[in-house]
Amino acid sequence: MLITCPYCGPRDVIEFTYQGDGNRERPDSASQNFEAWNAYVYDRLNPAGDHNEIWQHSGGCRAHLRVVRNTLTHEISSVAFVRGDHQGRGDHGSAARRKAEDKA
Amino acid sequence: MVERQSPEPLSPLEPEFHVGSHGNFEHGVEIILTETRPGSIVQLAAWPGEEKKLIAAIRTVTGLALPDGAGGGLSDGVKSVFGFAPGKFTVADEAEGLAAAFAKVVTPAIGTVTDLSHGRIAIRIAGPKAEWVLAKFFAIDFALPAFPVGAGRSTTHHDIFAQIQRTSADQFDIYVFRSFARSFWKALCHASEEVGYEVQ
Repeated sequence: MLITCPYCGPRDVIEFTYQGDGNRERPDSASQNFEAWNAYVYDRLNPAGDHNEIWQHSGGCRAHLRVVRNTLTHEISSVAFVRGDHQGRGDHGSAARRKAEDKA
Repeated sequence: MVERQSPEPLSPLEPEFHVGSHGNFEHGVEIILTETRPGSIVQLAAWPGEEKKLIAAIRTVTGLALPDGAGGGLSDGVKSVFGFAPGKFTVADEAEGLAAAFAKVVTPAIGTVTDLSHGRIAIRIAGPKAEWVLAKFFAIDFALPAFPVGAGRSTTHHDIFAQIQRTSADQFDIYVFRSFARSFWKALCHASEEVGYEVQ
């Protein structure tokens, strides 16, 4: 399985580390909503098909990536930086980030 | 910043560094292996949004104008620089003192300077079969159009990090952990045996 890192290009899956389900939403640290914490820790969609995942390119640029992988075929349909602000193959990352910050 | 300078740096390769021709060299030597022993190896990282300032700082200190693009880099034969991750760069210089020079220019608001001069070593592999030998180690595309001169790549060999910069069409500088360098060097020598290699 190849994952195309937005910075490094296509690399073998052995260079990457799975960091878990990308659909989780972490409750606020001060939250005492136990159902929300329970859902964050335990509830998983486990779909047979496209799945949002977080991977780290631990054997390369070490960036965290938001990957959509088909759990039936292993087809990767999208890869993006988790931060969403590094363009990677553009200008070492700065322009895309500024755009994101301007929007925020 | 405390600048550590060794009056006589010792190579971790020394017990396995045998100058001369080795392997199957009867029909010619197709690989040249050397240790470049740069005086300084520094990693720079920009805070989000500060990349352009860091790139300008690299130009101020080294005189090298970093090209745009992921993994972009260049070398003038004395100093080298390349990107290895978003907003992060490795810089090497034959002379010592690079970290101190960067510490003056890269302010805490721009990013960080990490002196790895004593933590990494640089091994140079050159020759017509350099791509071919490296392809045994790393699952990346070493062809010139995919890996242009000056560019850098961050990858691993058996889970051990390696940063590779192409410094000419048939020459690569590989930065590896000092503590793993001898093992990597031995592996590189074994991999080069079948095409004949010379250690210089």
